[in-house]
Amino acid sequence: MVKVFIYPATSLILSDMVARFGHEPLGSAIGIRERIQTPGFESPPLQITPEEPKKGLKWAAVEVPSGVRGRMAVYGPLIEAAEAAIIVRNPDFAFGCMGCARTNELVLFHLRNRGFPVLELDYPTSDDEGAAFVAAIREFLEGLPKEASQ
Amino acid sequence: MAEYVPKYVGTVTKYVFVESPLLTPKDLAVRAYEISGGVMIKETCFGLQVTGTPDEVEALVAKVREFDPSHIFVKDRGFPPGDERRCRANLGGARPGYLGHEFEMGKVRYISKGLEAAATTVPPLPEKPKPFDARRLKKLMDAEEP
Repeated sequence: MVKVFIYPATSLILSDMVARFGHEPLGSAIGIRERIQTPGFESPPLQITPEEPKKGLKWAAVEVPSGVRGRMAVYGPLIEAAEAAIIVRNPDFAFGCMGCARTNELVLFHLRNRGFPVLELDYPTSDDEGAAFVAAIREFLEGLPKEASQ
Repeated sequence: MAEYVPKYVGTVTKYVFVESPLLTPKDLAVRAYEISGGVMIKETCFGLQVTGTPDEVEALVAKVREFDPSHIFVKDRGFPPGDERRCRANLGGARPGYLGHEFEMGKVRYISKGLEAAATTVPPLPEKPKPFDARRLKKLMDAEEP
């Protein structure tokens, strides 16, 4: 079982596919859960504290807006823990503010530069495309090692 | 800033979505309650939210999937159910995040077809383990010092 980062990080379909075919999906819920379950100071809605933009400096330069650095503090550790990634290109629902958009670009940049296996797909729009989508993910995940390398 | 004491520490919460012609969310909830053990289940209009220890939730999710494998979809959730920061009972209106679910639930029928197609294709036979080569065994025996 290896850790597979999914993009969009909130994707139901990708999260389900990765778990269904025997691996561990890494998405934003994992990072948010960690913050929600950690005691500290109240910082609703997502328990993102002023510390996060500082942690985000590991993945984004200091001149990058704090909103992007704060988001990278959630995604960065997950990308580092991942050993493979599945990306859906141009997901409509991942549209958001400029902070989200730039973070998405930075996440994709890091995923493509990590040097681990990456599968890139588009959302299906027909039954045939659905079959090809599932088959591609299945083939990709079955090609990954069964045991994590770390 | 007030002190923050988290609830449900050490638990995981998962969404279970059902989009099936044979199984409604209500049926799914009734069947899940029967096998829930100590897992907390919350019924929703699209399926369930299950909260419990990771092992309990994994076991329940695996059993729930068996009811209709190609039409039940599961994903992690960061917040526990009913959390005031996310629950629409406190916020009013649809909660943030349903936009993504709504979008992807429009696509899952294609995924279901894909899963059904994948289930009917015969997986390739696993390679048979090769017996240990006798010549190599002899070599190892010869190399062994008394």
